[in-house]
Amino acid sequence: MEYEAPRFLDCGEAALSVEFGDSVDPAINARVLALDECLRAAMPAGLRETTPTYRALFLLYEPLEISRDALIAAIEGLLGPARIEARASQPAVRWTIPCCYDAEFAEDIGEAAGLLGRSAQSLAQLHAGADYRAYMYGFAPGWCYLGGLPDALAIPRRTSPRGLTPQGATLIGGALSLIAANPMPTGWYVIGRTPERMFALDRDPPFLIAPGDAVRFELIDAETFRTLDARALAGETVARRETLK
Amino acid sequence: MSARLLVEAAGPGVTIQDEGRFGLSRYGVTPAGPMDIGAYLAATRAAGADSAIEISLGGAAFRAEGATLCVAVAGGDFDIRLDGRPLPSACLLPLAEGARLTLRAGSSGAWCYVAVGGRLDLAPTLGSRATHARSGLGPKPLAVGDALPLAEAAPPPLEPSALAAPWLASSDAPIRLLLGPQDDYFALEEIEVFLNARWRIGARSDRMAYRLEGPAIRHRQGHDIVSDGVAMGAIQIPGDGAPLALMADRQPTGGYPKIATVIGADLGRLAQLRPGENPSFRAVSWDEAVATRRAYFAAIQAGVKREPLSAEPTTESLLAENLVGGVVNAKD
Repeated sequence: MEYEAPRFLDCGEAALSVEFGDSVDPAINARVLALDECLRAAMPAGLRETTPTYRALFLLYEPLEISRDALIAAIEGLLGPARIEARASQPAVRWTIPCCYDAEFAEDIGEAAGLLGRSAQSLAQLHAGADYRAYMYGFAPGWCYLGGLPDALAIPRRTSPRGLTPQGATLIGGALSLIAANPMPTGWYVIGRTPERMFALDRDPPFLIAPGDAVRFELIDAETFRTLDARALAGETVARRETLK
Repeated sequence: MSARLLVEAAGPGVTIQDEGRFGLSRYGVTPAGPMDIGAYLAATRAAGADSAIEISLGGAAFRAEGATLCVAVAGGDFDIRLDGRPLPSACLLPLAEGARLTLRAGSSGAWCYVAVGGRLDLAPTLGSRATHARSGLGPKPLAVGDALPLAEAAPPPLEPSALAAPWLASSDAPIRLLLGPQDDYFALEEIEVFLNARWRIGARSDRMAYRLEGPAIRHRQGHDIVSDGVAMGAIQIPGDGAPLALMADRQPTGGYPKIATVIGADLGRLAQLRPGENPSFRAVSWDEAVATRRAYFAAIQAGVKREPLSAEPTTESLLAENLVGGVVNAKD
């Protein structure tokens, strides 16, 4: 649910969370991203960093340079234009991410399919057929959280984490999907793998997808995965980027 | 031969840190940076350095090669020795070629910083030299046999001196915090339990989080929140009710309610606690948090003073030293 007015929550004396709602919702996230954009364009002195998340914009600032009141006043001055921008906002970019759902690349697909009462193949088709929104990054560099998972694939997270994810793992957990970059333990289910590097230090830019972008998956077979993986290893971007509008 | 600092011993968790990797948290990148910013600034400013080696309880030992290096040490009350000769836990010293500097956990404190005057020749990763071991960003944790080359070496002092940095003093005073951002997830009585408890720092505490052992803190309305940004010092209460103080290597976002956040001026004091030690917390007002921050950083900004090593310093000798040596702050 979107709040009538954003809440300003202190996170210590040098960080502030501007919270627009209490749920994972594209309209709320659009308001977060619109304020982020306006604030980064204005960048008042003393504001150090902005971090958009699903429903809140997290701000690191130096209260000895800009007072909390002055920062909030600056934000309130931007809320009107940001609201208009958020209402009009449509994803500017759509990424098509190649993803292989074969068991050899999808360690948990059988387990997840069993829990969801369907076949691994139908899980893959359903996952690859949906339209997603990149809401935010979190957890680790290049871990991109996606909304738009079909309801039929919503799955409770594990009570204790599984082992390390493979590089480029595509996962489901709760009502969300996720593309992982580097190997980490997770409570989600690995249902596929992309040859694309979500995060590459030596690439400019190191991160491909921006919060707010639209994302689709393209189901690929193991042979295609290997071909694209070799090309990605050589530095090529194998995900496809389309400009929308 | 260009100057290098050789690593002759290193416990686990000895890393390079600068002020942190900022600007990329929107892509899931944790800033990292020093656990105790006050101690880090004392060491780097005294030496004139743009980064420091953060030493954990496991200790470390170093040797200089190619030149006499200007080295500053500051942090917890570690046992510092130069070729076996004990030095104060905060000091500035010339590390002559071949001389061995050892740092071991002393009577208190969990982290100690070694700064080498000049500039370590380390390529930045995403704009910073801070190590974030969990995501593999920045230099690898240091190990025996590593050699850190200097791109520039600052002139060393003539002899060792103590560094007077009052903000490094340990204290049993409660760690101050501001309630929130999600204190409304807890009934007032639970907040009282949290504030009145004598906590114990858990054994499995590290740069990512300090575990607080004590009473379980119950949530009023469930323990899942929609993930949001996490400040250093945030005290998160997961489903089992056992608080975690999120430290320099925390994840950039989190999905559990944060009952309170430690104020900036007390983050270093919290970081310097060891497993088994017993902090308590005190909630302060916004105004007190900002006033404390102002005083803390003003003291650091005013600089670290050198004191002669020989006898106990007298008022006269301190005054004389201040008049002659003035404030040591090579960066400003």
